[in-house]
Amino acid sequence: MTLTTVPERSGLDSRPAAGTPARRRRRPGLTGWAYAAPTALFVLIFFVTPILLVGRMSVSDWGLFAGNRGLNAPENFIDVAEYRLFWPAVWFTVKYTVLTTVILLGLALLMALIVQESSRWTGFLRTSFLVPSALGLASASLLFYALYSPQSSPFGFLGVSFLGTPTAALWSTVVLIVWRFAGFYMLLLLVGLQGISADVYEAARLDGAGRWQTFRYVTLPLLRSSIALCTILCVTGSMLGFDQFYLLTKGGPDNSTLTIVQLIYNFAFFGGNNLGRAAALSIMVLAALLIANVLQFRGLRGKEG
Amino acid sequence: MFRTPQKVFTGGLALLFLFPLVWASVASVSPQAGSAQTGGWGFGNYRTLAAYQAGIGQYLLNSTAVSLMTVTFTLIVSLLGGYAFAQFRFPGRDLLFLVTLAILMVPYATLLIPLYVLLNQLGLQDSLLGLALVLTMFQLPFATFMMRISFEAVPKDLAESAQVDGCGSLRTLRHVLVPAVKPGLITVGLFAFLAAWNDFITPLVLISDSAKMPLPLAVANMRQQVMGIVDYGATEAGVVVLALPCVVLFLALQRHYVRGFMSGALKG
Repeated sequence: MTLTTVPERSGLDSRPAAGTPARRRRRPGLTGWAYAAPTALFVLIFFVTPILLVGRMSVSDWGLFAGNRGLNAPENFIDVAEYRLFWPAVWFTVKYTVLTTVILLGLALLMALIVQESSRWTGFLRTSFLVPSALGLASASLLFYALYSPQSSPFGFLGVSFLGTPTAALWSTVVLIVWRFAGFYMLLLLVGLQGISADVYEAARLDGAGRWQTFRYVTLPLLRSSIALCTILCVTGSMLGFDQFYLLTKGGPDNSTLTIVQLIYNFAFFGGNNLGRAAALSIMVLAALLIANVLQFRGLRGKEG
Repeated sequence: MFRTPQKVFTGGLALLFLFPLVWASVASVSPQAGSAQTGGWGFGNYRTLAAYQAGIGQYLLNSTAVSLMTVTFTLIVSLLGGYAFAQFRFPGRDLLFLVTLAILMVPYATLLIPLYVLLNQLGLQDSLLGLALVLTMFQLPFATFMMRISFEAVPKDLAESAQVDGCGSLRTLRHVLVPAVKPGLITVGLFAFLAAWNDFITPLVLISDSAKMPLPLAVANMRQQVMGIVDYGATEAGVVVLALPCVVLFLALQRHYVRGFMSGALKG
């Protein structure tokens, strides 16, 4: 903490011809560190330490109330992999991730194309699409919980059970997520669209390209990096889905919509009380996420070449 | 360039996005069996919400305190950090920046399990301060990145001429640079507020004292209070109370939100 006083001091004695070149070179380093110190402290205490701790917990017999009871590697990992709901949860999470990403990005791209020109009407459209993004995912989930429930649903006359069967529950959740996030991804894609210069479109038009051809051979390739960013964000977000399932389906019916992160939560706090197992599964999720992101980077970059 | 059929289609799409919000607002004050508002229109559901356990006032206060602390911490840390990363060279700079961004790559759940243990050891279990500190950490990748590019976008001459005039780095920051990076600060502050106000899984894991719960957790718990019977009216009222500040803030700062995004993504 003493470092934080350094900038003030250097501010006081910054005489015009201050010091030798050597001193001047050292100074910005110290001053820079002083300004970066709060960031460094936060990262060290609340990020680096927990990462190391979760690694240690994953190989320890660590109860929620009992605390650390010594190493037991690799028991936690084996217990997790052999847990009967583990593979169904993995499979469901993957299915949900693919479904959400494809539908969400498809719709977001369509919406971005609709609102890309500026006018009062598109201004209204942009705002309408974006308003749900201001809500928290938990608030949105509670809203849709009421919207889907037979007692309060305005769609009661349809006689559909929105959360009653595994398939219905999956699709109902996808609708909620699309509603909440489409505007956000539209905005990201809009940024990409506006980075494409008008000259390119003009050239395509002069070459006699139709609307579809322009989209397919001009817009899409030039939008690749924006789409890549959206894909990575969307895949990551979906793989880690929790709030929407915890609040909307509670993992049901019959554990059919149980995601990996819900499983972590259940291991740790909901009945399991086993932080060691939760930590082991957390490490597995972290590894899976890193692999998925590396693969996506490779795949999306490979296409560029 | 929008002809009538296109206007009908796009307008319909916009209504689909607005419908759930409008419905929740209307349903929260309309008569409904199984809620406090059974006959006629009125604010019965809001009265249920107000009287729930510690009272909605307490939960609103908790949420407000956590959000304000998170916004303050995030602004201070990312302002200083962004300044350091953009304007100074120091050993370990690139490593620290990369590690800060790496927070994005790690799932919340992976960090929350050890943080639960760590906060206990720091004596910050079940505390709003601990919650705000953790939420600030989650905000740092975006905030630091945003503030770094904001500082980098400021013309170098501006800071240099201030230094020639005899300003130290802190005075240069306060009087010359802070006004120049204000749009970045507004974006970072807005994001930090929305994230802290809305976060669910972090307080779910870190807060167990029901009098210290933030609003989303309280509304979610209220729903599960009576075995099997859910008061949907009160849930709808809770959603409205949760959503209202976010929507108002979003509409008021929409231009900053969109612009902050665009400048950030373009330069990234």
